[in-house]
Amino acid sequence: MKTQMENQMENMAAQNPSRRKFLKESTALMGGLVIGFYLPIKSGRAYAADAPPKLVYPPNAFIRIAADDSITIVVNKSEMGQGVYTSLPMLIAEELEADWSRIRVESAPVAAVYNHTGFGMQMTGGSSSIPSSWEQLRQVGASGRILLIRAAAQQWGVPEGECHAENSQVIHAGSGKKLSYGKLADAAAKLPLPDNVALKSPKDFKLIGKATKRLDTPAKINGSAQFGLDVYLPGMLTVLIARSPVFGGKVKRFDATEARKLPGVQGVYQVPTGIAVAASGFWPAKTARDLLEIEWDEGPGAALSTPKMRAEYLELAKQPGAIARKDGDTVQGFKAAHKSISAEYEIPYLAHAAMEPLNVVVDLKPDHCSIWTGTQMQTMDHAMAAKTAGLKPEQVEIHTTFLGGGFGRRANPRSDFVVEAVQVAMAVAQPVKVVWTREDDTRGGNYRPMWSDHIEAGIAKDGKPLAWKHTLVGQSIVADTSFEAFMTHNGVDATSVEGAATLPYVIPNLQVELHSPKNAVPVQWWRSVGHSHTAFVVETMIDELAHLAGKDPVAYRLGILPADSRYRGVLQLAAKNAGWGKKKLPAGHAYGVAVHKSFDSYVAEIAEVSLENGKIRVHRVVAAVDCGMVINPDGVRQQIEGGIVYGLSAALHGAITLENGRVMQSNFHDYAPLRFSEMPRVEVDIVASGELPTGIGEPGTPPIAPAVANAVFTLTGKRLRRMPFDQESFA
Amino acid sequence: MISLIINGKTTKVDADPNTPLLWVLRDHLQLTGTKYGCGIAQCGACTVHLDGRAVRSCVTPVSMASGKQVTTIEGLAETALGKTVQAAWQEVDVPQCGYCQSGQIMAATALLKENLHPSESEITAAMDGILCRCGTYNRIRAAIQKVAKHPLLAEQSGGAK
Ligand code: FES
Ligand code: FES
Repeated sequence: MKTQMENQMENMAAQNPSRRKFLKESTALMGGLVIGFYLPIKSGRAYAADAPPKLVYPPNAFIRIAADDSITIVVNKSEMGQGVYTSLPMLIAEELEADWSRIRVESAPVAAVYNHTGFGMQMTGGSSSIPSSWEQLRQVGASGRILLIRAAAQQWGVPEGECHAENSQVIHAGSGKKLSYGKLADAAAKLPLPDNVALKSPKDFKLIGKATKRLDTPAKINGSAQFGLDVYLPGMLTVLIARSPVFGGKVKRFDATEARKLPGVQGVYQVPTGIAVAASGFWPAKTARDLLEIEWDEGPGAALSTPKMRAEYLELAKQPGAIARKDGDTVQGFKAAHKSISAEYEIPYLAHAAMEPLNVVVDLKPDHCSIWTGTQMQTMDHAMAAKTAGLKPEQVEIHTTFLGGGFGRRANPRSDFVVEAVQVAMAVAQPVKVVWTREDDTRGGNYRPMWSDHIEAGIAKDGKPLAWKHTLVGQSIVADTSFEAFMTHNGVDATSVEGAATLPYVIPNLQVELHSPKNAVPVQWWRSVGHSHTAFVVETMIDELAHLAGKDPVAYRLGILPADSRYRGVLQLAAKNAGWGKKKLPAGHAYGVAVHKSFDSYVAEIAEVSLENGKIRVHRVVAAVDCGMVINPDGVRQQIEGGIVYGLSAALHGAITLENGRVMQSNFHDYAPLRFSEMPRVEVDIVASGELPTGIGEPGTPPIAPAVANAVFTLTGKRLRRMPFDQESFA
Repeated sequence: MISLIINGKTTKVDADPNTPLLWVLRDHLQLTGTKYGCGIAQCGACTVHLDGRAVRSCVTPVSMASGKQVTTIEGLAETALGKTVQAAWQEVDVPQCGYCQSGQIMAATALLKENLHPSESEITAAMDGILCRCGTYNRIRAAIQKVAKHPLLAEQSGGAK
């Protein structure tokens, strides 16, 4: 069975809008695009500091060629570290035959032409930027190339077929004539769009598949890259908000007398989410916020405590839930089983903890609203901002800055941080920058849901799995959002069970059930979404079955994966590179393995682990990935490295817990990302493939927790079934 | 008024002397390359140099910086070493989201200024306080290890140091 998400991903290619329609809309949009994007701002190193290049060639919304031969690619996805400001321009440049050294990048404004080809709105998520742009952006590049060649051929009075494009030039081989794109752009812009656009065969790729340096690195090593927090407008105030200490709580009364006295404080306002302090900068705003006296009406959220919730969840895990998958008959399967085991799993809430805390700049005028923020969800934020401000959509614009990490948090299905900032701007009659402190960000909810799982599994005499019953308990991310209608069916949110209902192993009697309790804690997608917990549960239980069957964990998996499964390739490659079963590891070290598919990409990871002073130490991770055709191999490596670190941080240390409705963690001392000294060596190998490209931002994350847990079992004989692992003692 | 020397230039700012240097750099001077990550000396995103030594500007009152040489990421390229560290970062293509990288580069440069040939464990010790949520640590290590042998360093500093 495929999840909704996977179906959606597979449909992307089929759902591409008709090219002509799409290009026409793009052309029609150019006027608005130019005006919208280059809103002049005068202060500091403002967002649009570069003078706009003279626009001479606007055949569509994605490419602009200037007379000086520079080429601007307008990228419709948010750059949050995953490399889209490099990989997406590569798709266009490949077909455009552009001189890569002259490519520059701009972020797209909000417009329908920039919608995600699969999701029908402008957004970045689901590891889908490459798969959803693969056809579209190559077509954009190819139609540009055709028009430029046509313009040159007409100018020279030669047949088009005798000309070709290379390195931002059109060349007539017979006469040796050459014209640069910058010189042809004007004429090309006047030509009608081509009807048939043939795309290159992969064997002719010059750029796609080559390790390519990121275009955003220069700005990110000299301090000039502009994140949301770096936007300064004239007359702008910094706003910090005192939010309820309990989810869903409301202000009962407040006293701001002391806060208002502080130099630099301009005003204190009640807004729907709490009390907003507006000041000349962060420091006076923060100092004044600390002086507020607020009485809260805490509401039912105050009853939430992690141990109580855990007990309820574990109880629920024993009850029948909504059926997410049913193969064969598990009752008969367990009867016939040679040996059975069962286990309970406890997985906590997690904060995204991007390095850049949330922030939004809003300049609200009676008839216009400009927003600067690092968002992954432009269309929804745009609509929600307009609705909140009481403006027409065309009166609102969003400038997407660099994102100091996203990991899903900046794609809020309720547009929480944007709506709140617009509400603040409505209260404060000046441009505002709403800044979340690290504490606000950590305690602000919208977490990866907490999960309790129960699995019972039985094997046949030959050791192969015969029956498997998995019950999951955790909040649905899409419940009560606009995503619910297409992501939840028969009580099953596809993202809750992805990786569990889609496990690849041959198990004749298999049932997966889901409970989706509701409570006041807002939840959200967190790098790899459902896979972030299902891979841990499934891949540690499969390891238990291997052990129960007395088989080697890699051989066992290979024995129960379908013969044509792409899981096999990554598993075998990782095992080979790690020297699984062959390499002699240092005393006290052990390997653990896991393999998982997410976002249509397959990743196997083998972790080399030891215990140091009773603590888990991960020395090395050998990863193999199959993500179809690769655009930028170095980008793939970065994402697997980063995905492993993100997953390892959660596996070893990550937990958000509640007491009396209050989040117990606040900052990096008690919600600890992996540090430099904990970093394993990471070796990434990529399976050569001619399949369509698939996701890469998230698939590195799921396998690391089970790989480490399985290694710890080999070392200690102890099964880790609770995350994070640092709550266990190995003394 | 507090007088500051930032990247070689003297500037006066009107700020409460207790204001952390970080917020003076950002809110008063719009030197936004120095980042806020935690505000409590836990992440290193705010790392700058004070008389050549790495400090956390989020917990350094601006009054303490008065009269000292403050170097931020914006001024780093003015020294041969700073330029070389940035070149090494570029060659290894270290950044992902990039938000932590100013702090990483400032911390690495301070380390290399004292010790151009740090051992593995000296690198770990110097960099352990600077968090990267995107997981660029191995590339940071690789970039630091490139600096001593980098041709740019010899070229810029005439082979000295
Ligand atoms: S912001 Fe200063 S150490 Fe985190
Ligand atoms: S590059 Fe994103 S936090 Fe380090």
